Amino acid sequence: MISLRVKKKVQNTFLFLFAFLSTIIAIIPLFSIIFEVIKNGIEAINLDFFIQLPGPLGESIGGIANAIQGTLILVTLASIIGVPIGVITGIYLYEYGKEKKSTLISFSVDLLYDLPSIVVGIFVYITVVSPMRSFSALAGALALAIVMIPIIAKTTEESLTLVPPTISEAGIALGIPKWKNIVFIVLNSAKNGVLNGIVLAVARITGETAPLIMTCLGSNFWFSGMDKPINSLTLLIWRYAMQPYPSAVKKAWGAAFLLLLVALALNLLVKSGGERK
Amino acid sequence: MNEDEVFYLFSLAVASISLLLLALILVVLVQYTLPVIKEMGFDYFITSSWNPVFGKEKYGILPYFLGTVLTSFIAVLVGVPISFGIALFLTEYSNKTLKKYLSIMIDLLAAIPSVIYGLWGFFVFRNFILDYIEKPLHNYFGKISIFSATPTGLDFLSGGLILAIMIIPIVSSVTREVLELVPTEIKEGIYAIGGNRYDVIVYGSIRYSKNGILGAILLGLGRAVGETMAVSMVIGNATGENALPRSLFSAGQTLSSLIANEFNEANPTSLHPNALVGAGLVLLMMAIVVNLGARAIVSKYKR
Repeated sequence: MISLRVKKKVQNTFLFLFAFLSTIIAIIPLFSIIFEVIKNGIEAINLDFFIQLPGPLGESIGGIANAIQGTLILVTLASIIGVPIGVITGIYLYEYGKEKKSTLISFSVDLLYDLPSIVVGIFVYITVVSPMRSFSALAGALALAIVMIPIIAKTTEESLTLVPPTISEAGIALGIPKWKNIVFIVLNSAKNGVLNGIVLAVARITGETAPLIMTCLGSNFWFSGMDKPINSLTLLIWRYAMQPYPSAVKKAWGAAFLLLLVALALNLLVKSGGERK
Repeated sequence: MNEDEVFYLFSLAVASISLLLLALILVVLVQYTLPVIKEMGFDYFITSSWNPVFGKEKYGILPYFLGTVLTSFIAVLVGVPISFGIALFLTEYSNKTLKKYLSIMIDLLAAIPSVIYGLWGFFVFRNFILDYIEKPLHNYFGKISIFSATPTGLDFLSGGLILAIMIIPIVSSVTREVLELVPTEIKEGIYAIGGNRYDVIVYGSIRYSKNGILGAILLGLGRAVGETMAVSMVIGNATGENALPRSLFSAGQTLSSLIANEFNEANPTSLHPNALVGAGLVLLMMAIVVNLGARAIVSKYKR
């Protein structure tokens, strides 16, 4: 009997230790990343960091201003294209997605959601960069918009599904047209969820690197037109991190600091907003 | 035509963009890959030589395919048990407050851009792996072939382990959802016949939710297969025969890291870009198959 009791105790302790240690192991990288990025990033930050061009590789002067500018332009443009398409696709999926004729569309939104983002980059390279014979801000923004669309479509659909059916039934009972009911009543009730989805998608594309490599390339200069290459924070981190110059590596950490701040802030914003609801 | 029909057609037109994009992506990628397959034949998929030099061009993507398989396998092997442990800790051992803050922290792991994982991996994680995992393994078990190569910290193991961290948020959150669906009656039944918490979890929860857990694992695998930047910064970027996975400690390459590293250097008049697009096509197929499997399992489970 005693041995059975001991065995049960050992089993329980083992299980607890396993669960506890797993959690610790997962949390350590989070803190290590935040700690290292702050520690190394803060050294890079001064006024020049925000307002100067990177300058020649290896020089310790200069900043990452064009990368900040580039990320802002790319994300804004991608959102202008991606948000409306994403939200309307989400509305379609909510209203008609269960019907048989729309199976193909909801299936392709799912598949688009699953695509590795670098594949989207390749696609835009072949269809936009190659015919235009130039890497361009436009191509980068298009790639990011394509990454964005399925994310927003799915979060919009989900938020709409969460609206109690009584609300939409009340609208129908009033005799207003279906589309007004969806847009002004159901979508309006779900707007927090929809906005959260948009913010998360913006956070996601702000951190995207892979689809930008073969679309907007990166640049050492200011933005000079939609048809010209453009820099981004993520491209700068990727290109500078593995350079043999300490000054370049420092800029990479500085850019990572800025990017991480934005990514964590946007995500925490959504989390705290989600709770108030 | 009334306004509702206009609305239907308008939203249909916009939603069709996704279908159109997906179809175009498939067609364009296949079309762009054909020339290299015409040139190399089936060898493109099953050989390892990689030479973009004009006149000596040879492309075989086997090593990168294997690299993607190996790193994703390591990610699942290491990441899934940890994720399962977290899900257990949150569902069985945490009170409400602890659960809230811990799950926010785990979710934040998913919020970190992958290029930052790469930066951290290249300067911090790699040294940790090298000093505390690779060197000891190499010193004690160096005779075993998978531990034989001289460790550098930039290799398959680092690539796989960084992926393991990156799949934790998705795997643990789906596992948690699944574990929370286990009916109380099952747990109480096991307690009633004298089982302890261990019995409840092993014979109750895990048995009851094994399909859901399988779905979670596949979702993690899907994430690992498509991930690019972090892996490209820690895997060592070997090409050709050298990229074949001979040891956990040898430098390698995955399909996605190959594309990221070489795409901008490829000469547009050679077959090099085509060969890289083909790697993208194989990657896309792998991602779609894994994710479709995951989705089929998870959606069936939730119903």
